[in-house]
Parts: sequence; C-alpha cells; structure tokens
Amino acid sequence: MLQIKFVLLWSDLLFFVLIAAVVVGGVWAGRVEHLRLAWRQVGQSRVGMATATVLLAFVLVALLDSLHYRERLPGEQENYAVEVRSALDAALTGLRTRTEKTYSAPLATHLFAKESLDADLGRDFPRLKHGGAHLGEDLTAQGGDIAAKAIKGLGLGLLGAMAFGLVSLPLRRAAPHLAWNAQLATVLVLCLLGGVIVALAGDYHVLGTDKVGQDVLYLTLKSIRTAILIGTLTTLIMLPAAVVLGLLAGYAGGWIDDVIQYLYTTLNSIPGVLLIAASVLMMQVVIDTHPEWFATTAERADARFLALCAILGITSWTGLCRLLRGEVLKLRELEYVQAARALGVSSARILWRHVLPNVMHIVMIAIVMDFSGLVLAEAVLSYVGIGVDPNTISFGTMINTARMELAREPMVWWSLVAAFAFMFVLVLAANLFADVMRDAFDPRVVKQ
Amino acid sequence: MSLLSVRDLSVAIGAAAPVDGVSFEIGAGETFALLGESGCGKSLTALALMRLLPEAARIAAGSVQFAGEELCALTEAQMRSVRGGKIAMIFQEPGASLNPVMTIGAQIAEALKFHGGSAPEAKIVELLAAVGIPDPARRATEYPFQMSGGMKQRAMTAMALAGEPELLIADEPTTALDVTIQAQVLDLLDGLRRERRMAMLLISHDLGVVAQMADRIGVMYAGQLVEVAPRAAFYAAPGHPYTRRLFAALPDAESADRAASRQRRLLTIPGSVPPLGTQHAGCRFVERCGEALPVCRTTLPPWREYAAGQQVRCHLETAHTLLAESADFTARAKVGAGETALLEARDLKVHFPLRRGVLQRVVGHVRAVDGVTLALQAGRTVALVGESGCGKTTVGKAILGLQKPTDGTVKLHGKLLQGLAPAAMQMVFQDPFGSLNPRLRVGEIIAEGLRALAVAGDTRMRVVELLEQVGLAGDMVGRYPHEFSGGQRQRIAIARALAVRPQLLICDEPTSALDVSVQAQILNLLTDLQAQLNLSYLFITHNITVVDYLAQEVAVMYLGRIVEYGTVDEVLRSARHPYTQALLAAAPRIEAGLDGSREYVRAAGDPPSPARPPAGCHFHPRCPRAEARCREAYPEPVALSATHTARCFLAV
Ligand SMILES: Nc1ncnc2c1ncn2[C@@H]1O[C@H](COP(=O)(O)OP(=O)(O)OP(=O)(O)O)[C@@H](O)[C@H]1O
Ligand code: SF4
Ligand code: SF4
Ligand SMILES: [Mg+2]
Repeated sequence: MLQIKFVLLWSDLLFFVLIAAVVVGGVWAGRVEHLRLAWRQVGQSRVGMATATVLLAFVLVALLDSLHYRERLPGEQENYAVEVRSALDAALTGLRTRTEKTYSAPLATHLFAKESLDADLGRDFPRLKHGGAHLGEDLTAQGGDIAAKAIKGLGLGLLGAMAFGLVSLPLRRAAPHLAWNAQLATVLVLCLLGGVIVALAGDYHVLGTDKVGQDVLYLTLKSIRTAILIGTLTTLIMLPAAVVLGLLAGYAGGWIDDVIQYLYTTLNSIPGVLLIAASVLMMQVVIDTHPEWFATTAERADARFLALCAILGITSWTGLCRLLRGEVLKLRELEYVQAARALGVSSARILWRHVLPNVMHIVMIAIVMDFSGLVLAEAVLSYVGIGVDPNTISFGTMINTARMELAREPMVWWSLVAAFAFMFVLVLAANLFADVMRDAFDPRVVKQ
Repeated sequence: MSLLSVRDLSVAIGAAAPVDGVSFEIGAGETFALLGESGCGKSLTALALMRLLPEAARIAAGSVQFAGEELCALTEAQMRSVRGGKIAMIFQEPGASLNPVMTIGAQIAEALKFHGGSAPEAKIVELLAAVGIPDPARRATEYPFQMSGGMKQRAMTAMALAGEPELLIADEPTTALDVTIQAQVLDLLDGLRRERRMAMLLISHDLGVVAQMADRIGVMYAGQLVEVAPRAAFYAAPGHPYTRRLFAALPDAESADRAASRQRRLLTIPGSVPPLGTQHAGCRFVERCGEALPVCRTTLPPWREYAAGQQVRCHLETAHTLLAESADFTARAKVGAGETALLEARDLKVHFPLRRGVLQRVVGHVRAVDGVTLALQAGRTVALVGESGCGKTTVGKAILGLQKPTDGTVKLHGKLLQGLAPAAMQMVFQDPFGSLNPRLRVGEIIAEGLRALAVAGDTRMRVVELLEQVGLAGDMVGRYPHEFSGGQRQRIAIARALAVRPQLLICDEPTSALDVSVQAQILNLLTDLQAQLNLSYLFITHNITVVDYLAQEVAVMYLGRIVEYGTVDEVLRSARHPYTQALLAAAPRIEAGLDGSREYVRAAGDPPSPARPPAGCHFHPRCPRAEARCREAYPEPVALSATHTARCFLAV
C-alpha cells in the first residue's frame, strides 16, 4: 500500500504545462525550416551549448523540486503529514535533517560563536552535531579527510561525465555539426563540482549553516525552483496578453490601437514597485482571511507565489506589447500583407499566417531576455519583503536573512555568497543564452 | 601616363573570388565606367581600390598604382590620407553616408580639417555652392533630414570635394534618385570633373547613364572584365556576346518602326549569373552564351582587339553575325479602342491626415492623390509614370480598395465598387523581396488566394499549372522564397495574383528592382499573359522605354494629379506638358553614347511636398515656361485630340 500521497500544487501544474509546451514547440520547430536553421545555429555556438547545458541542469533541479508529495503518518488511520515535500527533499533528506544549532562556517567542525559550555570549561566553540562528526576527537585529520573525499569526488565526477558521454554518443552521431564538445566540457565541470560536493556533503556542511542551523547548500538548491518558476511562469502569464494586444494594436489601428496604447502607457507610468507592493499586500490580506482555502502551508505559500508571478506578469507585458505593436505597424505595410489583403484573405488569417510567424523571433528573444530580469526582480522584491512568502525558500529570502548576518562581527558571509554565486551562474547563463538566441533568430543580425 | 592603373586585382571572400584579375587604367580628367549587373563585383572593385573592403573580404592579388604610388603597399595610416584626399568616394544611399546628428556645414568642415585645411565659413559655402545647392549659407546650418535625396547627394559630393581629390569614385550615385534629379546630379558630376580635371570612376548598371557620362567603359561579368572600350565604339558595336545581349534585352526606344518593335519579343539572356564560388575553367559566360565553342569550356578566353581601342575577352575570332533575331509575339493582343471600359476611376482622391502634438490634432493633409480620372479597357495597358512620391502607388491601392479613397468613385464593368474586389483586380509589387512572406512555401503563397476565395477544384493541380504558366517548374512548390532569385520571385508574385483569375493587374514597378536581362524576361511574360488571358494592366513605372514598349496609353502624374494623358505616341513623341518634356529629356538615353549629345531641358529644383503643394500650377516653381497666371490657378485639362489631354495653360 502506498506510503505517500502526491500533491499537485498549482505552480507545479503550470510548470509541467510549460515544459510540455516547450517540448511540443520544439517538435514543431523541427519541422519549420527557418526555425530549424536558427536552432541549429544556436546548437553550433559553443556558448549556446554550454549555457543551455547549465540552464538544463537548473531546470532539472527545479523539476525534481516540483514533484510534491505528503508522507503517510504511521498509525492505523490514513493520516498524512502536513509538510509537503518534493522529490528533491527526498533526495536531500540527509542535508535537510542534519541541522545544527546555529551558524557554522563551510566545512567547519565547530559552531561559529563561542558559547558557555560547562561551568568549569568556560566559553568555547561547541562541536557540531553533524559537521565532521565522524572524525571523533582527532581533528588533526580534518584536512587530510577533506582532501581525500574531494579526490574521491573528483573521480566520481569524472566517471559520471564519462558515463554521460557514452550515453549521449548516439545523439552526437545523429547531429555531428553541433558544438557537443562545449556541452561535454560543461557537463564535465558540473560533474566534477557535483562529485566533490556529494562526496563532502555526507559528513560536512559544504556551504555552512545558517542562523537556525539549516544547511546552506540545501537552501540554495531549494531556491532554484523558485527562481526558475518566477522567470518562466511570469512569462507564461503575460505572453498571451502581450502578443494578442500587440498584434491587435499594430494591425487594427484606429481606436483599438488608441485604447491599447492608453492601457500600457498608463500601466507603465505607475511605478512598478508600488504597484507590486500594493497588490502583494492585498493578496496577503486575502490569503490570511481565508485560511480555509488552503490545506497546507505549502499551498498557501504557493498561492502567494503565483500571485506574485501574476502581478509581475501584469507589470511586465507592456514592454513586449509595445515592441510587437511597432513591428506589426511595419509589417502591416509590407507588400506580402498588402497582397494577401488584395486576395481577400481575412484579417484573422493574415495575422496568423503572415504577421505572427514574422514577429515570433521577437517573442522568443523577449522571453529569454526577460527571464534573467525576473529572477533578479524576485530577489529584490523578496529582499524588501514584498516578494514570495517568507516560508518559501528563495534567493531573495536567503539574501534577506543574510543581510543581518553581514553586520555581525566576525561576518557571516557564506549564505550571501552561496545565494549570490548560484544566482549569478543562473542569470549569466540565461543572458549569454539570450545573446546567442538573438543572433540566431533576429533576421536583422547579419549572418556570416 | 595614366593616373590610376589597376593590374590583375583580385578580391577573395573565403575561397570565392568575387573580383578576379581585373585590370584597367584611368587617365587624368577621364571618366571610366564600370558597367555590370548586380553582384558582378563592381562595388567590391571600388572598395578594394580604397582599401575599404568589408571584414570578410581581402585583396588576394594585384596592384593598384595611383600617380605612380602603389596603394596596396601603403600602411593603413598612409592610406587614410589618400582616402578623401587624393581619392574620394560617393555612395548610392546619400542618406546612409551622412551623420544625421551633425549639420551639413559641420560635416564638411570636418572633412576640410581632416585634410589639413582650415575650415573658414567661406570655404564651406563655396563648396556647397559648387555642387549647386541653392542658398548655401543657410543650408550649411541644416541637418541631413531637412534635405531631399538629391540635396543629400550634392552635400555628399561637396564633402568628397573637400580634399580636392584627383580621382572621384561614384558608386551608383544616382540609382536612389528620381530621373529629373538624377539628370541634375549627373550634370553636376560631369561639370565638376571638367572644371577640376578630376578623373572619375563611375559604377553603374544603367547603359543610359553610362552613355551620358563615360569616356571609356569596362563591362564586368561574374567578377571579371569582359570588355573595355571607348564610348563611341562601345555603343556603335558592342563586342562581347554578353554585352550585345544586354543591349538586345533593352526595349528599343528609337526604332523607326514602333509597331514592329512592339510586336517583337525582347531578347533575354537564358539562365542566370553563376553563383559566387563557382569554379570556372573557361569563359564564365559559357552557360548562357549562344555562340559558345567547345574551347570556351576549357580555356579562359584571351583579350582580343575587336576594334580600335576596343578590347574583348572572347574566343570568337572576328566580329560575328548578329544575334539570332528575336521572335515576334505569336498573338499580341489585338488592341482595339472604343470597347466599353473595364475600369473607370473618377475624381479619385486620397488625402492622408497629418497629425501633430499630444492630442494628435489634424494639422493638414498630404494630398497623395488629388483628383485622378482614369479609364482602362480590357486587354490594354495604361502606364502611370511620374517621380517618386507623386502618388502612383496610392492610386493603385485606391483602385484596388487597399486604401480607402477620401473621395471619388471606382467602377468595374460599369458597377460601382465598394471596398475590395479581390477576384477582379490584383497587384504585383515592386520589391520582389518584400512581396513574398519568407515563412511560407511557394505552394502555400500561391494557394492563398484560392483558399481565401474558396475556389473549387484541386488546389495543388492549379498551383502547379500557375507555376508553369509563369515559366517556373511545378516541383518548386515546396521551396521557400529565399531560394529564388529576384526575377523568379517576381514570377511567383505574378502567379499568386493570377491564381484568382483577375481581369486587371496593377503592376507597381515590377521590374525596377531587377537587372536588365531579367527585366526583359518579366516584360515578355507579362506580354504573353496579356495575350493569353486578355488581361489589362495598370503599369506603374518611371522607366520611359518600358512604357514605350508595353503601354497603349500613358498618364503622367505630378503631385497627385494627372498632368498629361494620351496614347503612347502622343505623350512620348509629342509631349505638350513641360513636366512630361522634362521627364522625357531627363531619362538617360543610350543613343547619347553614339553622338555624345546631351539634352538641356531640365526641370530645376526638387519636387515639392504633397503636404504643401505650391499655389496655382503645382509645377510652376520648376517650370521653365511658367508665366504669371501659372501662379494663380491650376490649369484645367486641355483636349489636344480625342485621346490627348494636358493640364497646362500653354498646351493649346
Ligand atoms: N500611409 C500613408 N500615410 C501618410 N502619407 C502617405 C502614406 N502613404 C503614402 N503617403 C504619402 O503620399 C505620397 C504619395 O505616395 P505614393 O507611395 O503613392 O508615391 P509613388 O508615386 O508610388 O512613389 P514611388 O515612386 O516612390 O513609389 C507621398 O508623399 C507619401 O509620403
Ligand atoms: S568565350 Fe565563348 S562562351 Fe565566352 S563569350 Fe566568347 S563565345 Fe561565348
Ligand atoms: S501651367 Fe504654367 S507652370 Fe504649369 S506647366 Fe504649364 S507653363 Fe508650366
Ligand atoms: Mg510607389
């Protein structure tokens, strides 16, 4: 009999839908010649392949973290735990449960602050419960132990990368002109890093622990889902509005254009942060006054998270809409559109067949470009307290809590650095990937 | 000794050689013209002389001696002082070569300073005056966007003159300009060359322009020079088979027997220019040459003296027989006047509102079309000619219903039209690259009209049939537009229009973006289709020789109104309106190559803006015969014969 119950949060559902859409879109793009050519160009770019690999790794983590379930409680009756966990939590059970009392530095064996231990011993750094516990009393072996584990991890990583290379061999054979070497190199780096971390994480806190003794590595890994979802779901929410309104405004002209323009200029002239703050606070009130809507805290946090995506979407569709309107204004006068009108083709069909395919590159480039902006926006908003639910682990909430620690003497730097490093890698990869996409998809970029 | 001597110049882009072993010389004060179709390497040759080649290209071999100095051996720094100093260049797009945020005066001052001179105000004004810019002191303080295209090209020329160059390279300097403006700029360049004893390298694809300007001519084909000759000899008897075909592809405007020459098919050059990167063993023209010998395939032809000073690169020994006479059209539609009109446009007006300010108040109107009356009979062709912006395209769109007329009526078969009438009328556009959706396959493009009108029958069969009708292979349905050349794309556009079996085709400059040899193919096709399908054409163009060849009637437009209307012979051979006369005189004529004659009936100045047309006769500021009353009122049409009218006080 099943010991768990699957939970499908709304954000999970949307995320799965999005991934399915991307897969379907990919298959479709393979059949349309100009898209296939553009994607091939992305694949031939070393930067494109490397960043795509990094992004995929992040998405994989996010995906694992989106398979939610509740565990069955022991006992006769069918009761389930109130905590909603994810597949990632299950994989990281060790990290999640090995909490310390409070701060400890990366790879440390003792707490970060002195405490009064015994009356006679005075104040000293207490030993960690888990970090380096296997060493026993003999702390001189710590350096050697770490080095040995790291080397073992490197070996493990190398094996993993080689296994990956073997498994992906047919793929490389099938499309020999793509920049697979860049991909392999990236996988190798990821595997080596991962191997070392896995080898060490069993016995140490690789990135230290935070105020309540939670493992920082665990927190950063959990933050990835929030970042990826903010970046993609927001786009999903705003895309239909931006595309439909942009095409309408540009093609129909007249009063329709006036109304749409009025709408986005008005929205644009309200300071974004104020609008978001107001909406988030309102959402908060609504959520707080209706506790009966949510079975678990996870669901409540999820609702607030989606609300944030929606609000970010509402404030960010205007840019793409304006861009599309301008492009459609130009396309509308193009001769093939005129020719179609002269043939009596209906407006809806002209938009669908002649206009939309010729602005698709703008949409795609905008999606990827917006992604990194949204990831950063989440961090900033959560930092000022109007972002995700404080219970949701995200880069923003990590930074928010780390902010106090910076003032401590000596400084607690690792939470901030860990959050910053992961976010930096994610945003950098997304930005570089966006550049490659732009080169491949923008017809105005001169191809060599 | 010659001023510029180019020897075996080759330019490489990767493994391809877009310029391959080009040699020529230019003497001081001489104009040498490089003539050739698009993509033959003319511009790259010029850029290589200036050492301004694009990133991907490099000079692979050869030498460029300028006044005894080897340019290929100079350092980049030394080369900079040659550029603009001893050699200056002007380009096709005057707008793109001027800095939009600097005044004209400041840009000229910069050029002057760069060449060591101080830049006193007087010098700038003098230069602007030298290129014929009226009111130069005021113009010097203006920005490029405040000037017309012709004005910008003059300003560019002034900048080029700042360094007192000994050689001026002009790369298609007038291609982007209207004929009357082109005539002005060509006059200017020729005058400057004479005055300053400057040498000029003129790059052009236009046999007429070259005839007017050049002393000697070099013809390029696929990266090589194939003929070099003095002007008179060249125009009297072109030597190379390619050159002779180029001449034959042009409609012959001066033939004594008009009727017979209209009845004749234009000669076309089969095939197309070999793509860049093709490996050639022998003559590059061999695939398209009617006279090819076996040796042509294997051995590069040597240079031969064809006539005194006329060098031809061909294996043929002597001046050989003329090209096979081109065939007559089997059944060029018998055009009879007096049938009932297929289309009647009466007093058509299209005014675009001009909006200003936050509230988008209407502050005026662009009178793009201001009272045009036209009639078209089945199976006949009416040509609509006029300069850029005079409203030709807008007339076409208004007739079609693509543009809602502000006023006036359009009747088809005597029935009043409201909005679009898709099946009866179609349009073929100017730009073969903008007129096909790059995201659709050819089959889908052509089938679009069939689907929209829900035409019964097998769509696939009909598409193949249409493709074959316009001279393309039926198996091309699955390809995308970018796989086709300009001429082929224009055929596809014609097939798309024919799909719905229209009675009237509005052709908006369908050949102006095409090379001469391809233009001939399209004109032949249009004539064939007219005969087969009894089509009527409203043919919008600025090319007078094409009008002469194709049309039965001509309407001349100026600033939104038809100023002269009549049969081809009436309008082109006994034009009565001064504007028509100026237009005809400005059109570059090949015959000028024979006798060096130049016409001097020029319309001065630029066409005014249709937003603020001059009072009275719109043409009076430019009209050489304007009188006092011309400034007062717009002349009513004067009937000169049953078919010929002109709107000019002096036409009677
Ligand atoms: N949609 C529009 N809105 C405002 N003005 C327009 C519009 N379309 C055309 N015009 C103006 O109307 C005038 C006539 O334009 P039109 O395109 O008919 O000229 P044309 O004779 O076809 O010129 P060309 O030879 O360059 O094709 C021009 O001054 C142009 O700027
Ligand atoms: S060399 Fe031969 S193929 Fe080339 S132009 Fe002369 S005759 Fe024709
Ligand atoms: S009416 Fe006067 S200004 Fe107009 S074209 Fe005739 S002569 Fe010239
Ligand atoms: Mg036009």
